[in-house]
Amino acid sequence: MTDAPALVPLDYSAHTLGELLGPEWSDSLVRAFRWMTLARVLDGRMLALQRQGRIGFYGPATGQEAVSVGAALSIGPTDWVFPGLREQLVALARGHSLTTYMHHLFADDRDPARGRQMPCHPSAREVRYVSMSSVIGTQVTQAVGLAYGLKLRGDPSVALAFFGDGATSANDFHAGANLAAVWNAPVVLCCTNNQWAISVPVEHQTAVATLAEKAKAYGLPGERVDGTDIVAVTSRLRSAVARARSGEGPSLLEFVVYRMTPHSSSDDPTRYQSADWMARARARDPYLRLEGLLRTLGLADDGSVAAWREESDASVRAAIAEAEAAPSPVPESLLTDVFESVDGRPAPS
Amino acid sequence: MTELTIVQAINRGLAEAMRADPDVLVLGEDVGVNGGVFRATEGLHKEFGADRVIDTPLSETGIVGAAIGMALYGLKPIAEIQFVDFIYPAFDQIVSELAKFRYRSGGQYPCHVVIRSPYGGGIKGGLYHSQSPEAYFAHTSGLKVVIPSTPADAKALLTTAIHDPDPVLFLEPKRIYRAVSGEVPDGELRVPFGVARTAREGADVTLLAYGAMIPTCLQAAETLAASGVQAEVLDLRTLVPLDEAAVLASVEKTGRAVIVHEAPRFCGFGAELAAILAEKAFFSLKAPVQRVTGYDTPFPYALENMYLPNAERIVHAARATLAAG
Repeated sequence: MTDAPALVPLDYSAHTLGELLGPEWSDSLVRAFRWMTLARVLDGRMLALQRQGRIGFYGPATGQEAVSVGAALSIGPTDWVFPGLREQLVALARGHSLTTYMHHLFADDRDPARGRQMPCHPSAREVRYVSMSSVIGTQVTQAVGLAYGLKLRGDPSVALAFFGDGATSANDFHAGANLAAVWNAPVVLCCTNNQWAISVPVEHQTAVATLAEKAKAYGLPGERVDGTDIVAVTSRLRSAVARARSGEGPSLLEFVVYRMTPHSSSDDPTRYQSADWMARARARDPYLRLEGLLRTLGLADDGSVAAWREESDASVRAAIAEAEAAPSPVPESLLTDVFESVDGRPAPS
Repeated sequence: MTELTIVQAINRGLAEAMRADPDVLVLGEDVGVNGGVFRATEGLHKEFGADRVIDTPLSETGIVGAAIGMALYGLKPIAEIQFVDFIYPAFDQIVSELAKFRYRSGGQYPCHVVIRSPYGGGIKGGLYHSQSPEAYFAHTSGLKVVIPSTPADAKALLTTAIHDPDPVLFLEPKRIYRAVSGEVPDGELRVPFGVARTAREGADVTLLAYGAMIPTCLQAAETLAASGVQAEVLDLRTLVPLDEAAVLASVEKTGRAVIVHEAPRFCGFGAELAAILAEKAFFSLKAPVQRVTGYDTPFPYALENMYLPNAERIVHAARATLAAG
């Protein structure tokens, strides 16, 4: 047995950060860390609540937070997000209410989608966070179609499509990447490669060395980014977003991250992951890497890190209390929203 | 009024909708310069340009997935699937996404897409240019399924579909694209969904059908009339929403029902109609409900005329209902 690898630090000078992230870099990084703290607290609490039977399901994002926060820091309020399973933090960091999200996780009557979807499938129109299914990859062609609409109307917004490494084997990744390039659509294809599709490792998913190089076959620029480095994520995404916004076209970014939890509350990774996976993952923990950088730069210390955690604990506790007090969806909601013009069937004659 | 074929009426409906609303656009394979393999989009590319009449790459899931994204943004996309036999790569987008967006988002994300696609046999198209898969889609909650049988209905129902807030699968009876022509009102005219059309009145037996089977049923009704049997032909027009009241009213009047469709019998749309009649018109029935359908086989090439319901089989089934009581 070798010792567990040490945390790989983020090594950026203040000068470099200014160049990569602009003059607001320190505020951005502190904000990012506070959102990542919230995400950590949320994952811990919700997995525990799922085990207690208080919510039905949970899909944690631990290890992948830098991609979501980096995305939220890279786009404007009119841009569109087509999420995968682990991007709820994008919605929260863009202003979706934690309490509303909690109502969704509890599938109660105050969930905007009336408890119809499994937890971690929220719909947040007010922050242009598009409703997702559990089907893998279908959002890619949808994001490209929306981006076509942006271009058609001369709207300077962009669309971001998130999906995992497994999705790069699915039909709609291929169809969507191809359409994006053919249409020169203002979209950024964001592949969060957490190296696992439930139990199947990425090396069984593809024979290419990196997922980013798949872009070449579609005539797209593709780039592999360390998805546990918030600075790299944000600076590369901002470039890709600027490129899309200016009409230069779509691109594919592959964010390499480590899935630090089970696939979901229904999964047992001890059946398929080797013992050293978590050790390697911890060395690339995006939360700890950013914490280290903030401490080095004098932007955080024991007191502020603890205070931010307490702040997140309090807001998550408050949201849980409110959601647990909410009633179940009313029975009538079973039958509404199927159609707009005619709810249910058959139609009136 | 203008005398048009069904495909011309569809073309006219598309052009008028695109003229009236810049958010309406058309996308699909060969729909642009070529005007569609059946010419349903002829002239649109020239009038509205390549940005609104989009020749897409050959990917049905791409066509429907992209149309969904356009609709989420607020456009009114009309996606063409060149033959409905090729719709299956888009089945996931239609069934898992399009039909469920409104429900799963609590109404935050309505998703108004019209998918047009030619369906049905009788053109020597073999297994993959002939199928009638309407039952798969009628079974999917959240989708409306429309099948016109006349030029006037083709244009009016298409116009309704384009303005409807919900996803619509618009299946076009390609066998009678050009075989049937008729007067079509000029300008915008809509036929509401969920209202069946009595194609022929009669008191003795009801023929329930839609699309390309309507002319076949009318032909059967002529034959029956020669022997004194008055068949009523009810054109359902929209399978979802279904005009259940019209179906029941006709069968309660005649006491006999023959259901006709091209699709295979087992779990076909006719099974739903027969179940509705058994549940709600049982005591009006004078004879068991008959179904005249395709066989429970893939669609054949050489023997397609044996496979497809024809007037003779319909007459035979109608006479069986008369003989029963």
